[in-house]
Amino acid sequence: MRLQLSPELEAFREEMRTYFTTQVPQEIRDTVAAHRHLSKEQYVEAMRTLNAAGLAVPHWPVEWGGKDWTPLQRHIWREEMQLANVPEPLPFNASMIGPVIAAFGSQEQKERFLPKTANLDIWWCQGFSEPDAGSDLASLRTTAVRDGDDWVVNGQKTWTTLGQHADWIFCLCRTDPTAEKKQRGISLLVFPMDSPGVTLRPIELIDGGREVNEVFFEDVRVPAENLIGEENRGWDYAKFLLGNERVGIARIGSTKRLLAQAKEHLREITIDGRPLADDPFMAARIAELENDLVALELTALRVVANSADGKPHPASSVLKLRGSELQQAATELIVDIAGPLSLASFAEKDSDVPDWARAATPHYLNYRKVSIYGGSNEVQRTIIAGSILGL
Amino acid sequence: MNFDYDSEQNDLREAVRGLLARAYPDSEQRRAVVSADPGFDEKTWSRLAEMGLLGLPFPEDDGGMGAGPVEVAIVAEEIGRVLAPEPFIEAVVLAGGLVAAAGSAAQRGEVLGALAEGGLVPAFAHAEPRTRWSTTAQGVTATQDGGSWTLTGVKEPVPNGARADVLVVSAVLDGGGTGLFLVPGDAEGLARTGYRNHDGTRSAHVGFENTPAEPLGDGGDQTASIERALAEARIAYAHEALGAMDSALRITAEYLKTRKQFGVTLNKFQALTFRASDMYVSLELARSIALWASMVQEAGGDVVQAADRARLQVSRAGRHIGEEAIQLHGGIGMTAEYSVGHYTSRLTAIDHLLGDGDWALARLAATVNSYETVDPLGAPYA
Repeated sequence: MRLQLSPELEAFREEMRTYFTTQVPQEIRDTVAAHRHLSKEQYVEAMRTLNAAGLAVPHWPVEWGGKDWTPLQRHIWREEMQLANVPEPLPFNASMIGPVIAAFGSQEQKERFLPKTANLDIWWCQGFSEPDAGSDLASLRTTAVRDGDDWVVNGQKTWTTLGQHADWIFCLCRTDPTAEKKQRGISLLVFPMDSPGVTLRPIELIDGGREVNEVFFEDVRVPAENLIGEENRGWDYAKFLLGNERVGIARIGSTKRLLAQAKEHLREITIDGRPLADDPFMAARIAELENDLVALELTALRVVANSADGKPHPASSVLKLRGSELQQAATELIVDIAGPLSLASFAEKDSDVPDWARAATPHYLNYRKVSIYGGSNEVQRTIIAGSILGL
Repeated sequence: MNFDYDSEQNDLREAVRGLLARAYPDSEQRRAVVSADPGFDEKTWSRLAEMGLLGLPFPEDDGGMGAGPVEVAIVAEEIGRVLAPEPFIEAVVLAGGLVAAAGSAAQRGEVLGALAEGGLVPAFAHAEPRTRWSTTAQGVTATQDGGSWTLTGVKEPVPNGARADVLVVSAVLDGGGTGLFLVPGDAEGLARTGYRNHDGTRSAHVGFENTPAEPLGDGGDQTASIERALAEARIAYAHEALGAMDSALRITAEYLKTRKQFGVTLNKFQALTFRASDMYVSLELARSIALWASMVQEAGGDVVQAADRARLQVSRAGRHIGEEAIQLHGGIGMTAEYSVGHYTSRLTAIDHLLGDGDWALARLAATVNSYETVDPLGAPYA
């Protein structure tokens, strides 16, 4: 056992920290720090900046821009990115469809899609969930029927995050309705969002934002060559993809940043003439959350330090569950620090309420999602009970 | 950074686990042992000595094995796993640790050598009635008369205070500060009344009345040594608690798979399995921070704050797992004949021995505004 990072890893961490805090435009990092929605242009600029330095897709195969890093190096890369308020590479590209195409796509598909996916020249969106297929994803009903050289897609997807910016969609479709197990008859198709028959409708969320959408397909013709991997093996690719989705989902660096912000806000608010930072109850809330976060960070380090042989560490399922709870607790704490100011969510320029206090409640409300997406926390508990405790 | 045990550490764990599994094959054996004084098995204590465990953390020159905090943690976790009542942490890590830190060469050789051989059980007499957890003494005073010292006042509860062959006593010094003194069990003016704690271990009321005492080391204020020894004991207790929590969860999961109600085994009820999953989450988070605290100790980092962090996380986890383990069992978990409630009792005792979760939280809260973020791999820990 040894606590310290090796000198090589210390240098690596310093290199990441320096790059993220000096090379990614400050204005983009300020938007992330303020918990405001990024524009499409900001996402694109941030990811291209990272890609230019080889830091957008380090987890991909080396021939497609990957870095052959250890899991610990990838952990450090991600944490430093979050600590520096750098927007992470678009997950639909970097963590979802990119690795799937790299692993299961044809050589032609790899050449056609991977460089543009890494550079965000193509913006991908995810066509997985449906109105009747949420946690029970394998119940999906969108169909793709073969007609000559095309697939014809009909149905509806939902919760398609940032679909309004997307150029292409990767879409799970039922291609064999007669398959004995519902998981067996699913295929993964990709097609442009401006294909005839695709319509997109934004869903307004409780924070006032419109980051997710419904997507409707009406006789959308998709060339046969746009099937990824083998027909009816889509469920395997979806599981592979969702496994990647859970990597880094604990978002420890990001929660650490939130707690640091909470401490700043405590100094800004006064109660009977004294800074709220002097209130022992508030200090205790910060200290308890901080300690929970230390425990989670150390658990993440145990997991990445042990996953070099490819097998997931049993504690890895803890990361999503607890990581989402702590993100939510931190956003809740900041609403409580804002107190009465937290009501002024949509105050305009001449308001005296500080920007962070205006953003606090929409951010809190928005983060109710983190215990739902990526396999809800109840799904995680089911996994722990079944695969770890044998229940 | 590396969280793996090396092969010697794995061998140590196997050896300790084997010894304790023979000593405590089931909870009935433990019940029988703790039903009589001194609340542990002297033969098992001798076997721990033969294995070298009672001198584990002490320098070889003082009769010890020169092992580090990770080895101590391994022994503590195995003790917790079967609720072995032998006072390894109390005698070796805490009382022995104080002698090792503050004692003169002669005192170290005498006390630690005999402790390592199993011939002498020391105990730390520190807690005082109507006070809370503290680094200093308040109710026992030390008086100097020429070259000799006497102590007056009351210590209680003193873990293993009646069985102990020698007491390490904290006392208020004439000129202020807290000193440490050695008092043999047969000293004049020493009155000890032992009793049973709720978890089967023993404590005592220890009264001093002009009791002759020998200053540990050069004498003077030993608050810093006490703070450090308490921190190291808290880290060791975190590992004992891990062993206990691990067993409590394992026993509970097994019960859910076998106990039938409404015609099915209890693991068919999601309301129960989800709660078991949450127990696992608590356990693994506590394990991470306990391992880390031992590594901070080994690396020479801020062991006091690391211990507070471990204390807080393990306190929360111990209560959660201990309480749920009983609830998920139902009525059987309430009975003394069944094992699981004893784990809850011991976890409750550990939680209150050297400062509970809220106590640690208050200490951590007092420092939160002095830094921006916590880096467990950086200063002040590594």
